[in-house]
Amino acid sequence: MNTLSTYLIVAAILFGLGLLGVLQRRNLVGMLISIELMLNGANINFMAFNRFLAPEPAVGQIITLFVMGLAAAEAAIGLSIILALFRKLRSINVERAQQMRG
Amino acid sequence: MNFMTEALAQAAFWVVVGLTLAGAVIAVFPRNIVYNVLGLVLALTGVAGLYVFLGSMFIGLMQLLIYVGAVCVAIVFAIMLSRPLHLEVPERRLPKVLMASIASFIFMVAIIGVNLRTAWKPAVERSTDWSVVTIGELLLTRYDLVFEVISLILLVAILGAIVTAGFSRRLSS
Repeated sequence: MNTLSTYLIVAAILFGLGLLGVLQRRNLVGMLISIELMLNGANINFMAFNRFLAPEPAVGQIITLFVMGLAAAEAAIGLSIILALFRKLRSINVERAQQMRG
Repeated sequence: MNFMTEALAQAAFWVVVGLTLAGAVIAVFPRNIVYNVLGLVLALTGVAGLYVFLGSMFIGLMQLLIYVGAVCVAIVFAIMLSRPLHLEVPERRLPKVLMASIASFIFMVAIIGVNLRTAWKPAVERSTDWSVVTIGELLLTRYDLVFEVISLILLVAILGAIVTAGFSRRLSS
């Protein structure tokens, strides 16, 4: 059970579901949720390699902490952009946000 | 007795994996955004459990604190402040869903194939130092530049969030 490939497969499934969400959803909040899922898949990969392969087990945990901090910053910026967009368009559907379309 | 604990740990592991995947499915597929957030909470809690199984209680607790405690609550706030929930959601168009499913399925199969076909070799010399003390020391010595940069990024993100959300309100009203 507790092998490297189990964790890698779980991480790959999380990443795939997140990718599916980013590609198919039109609700911006839903896309943000899917991006969080993808970041978590990457984090599981870091932690699994850290546990089973890496020479120094502290480094993977530090990388995971940094990714968490970046995800928090990304969520804050993304949510404020969503709020600004909603005030402007009265909608958070990405297909309506095409004023800058070329 | 030992066999019992082993079996129990194994069962707990698969329960955690199942919770994670079920939460991820709930986070992606339902069209009601509140279900998505609750699924995300479930998935992130499951990932925290996986971190505990990977031997790092600290990162598991950080996951609960940052993701479940901060990010999910922020997303719930954004849902409350943006679209009213009683409005009808437009139907998904089938070709888009189909193409997205095919693309992400191919990607997932490729990653899993690479995982299974690679012979992973552990590093020759592995230290067993997992403690929070080591993490803190490395953060303040070898990785101090990264630490400062991420602090700066968080500060800029906070300022940017305030400016983006606040200025647009002033402009529109």
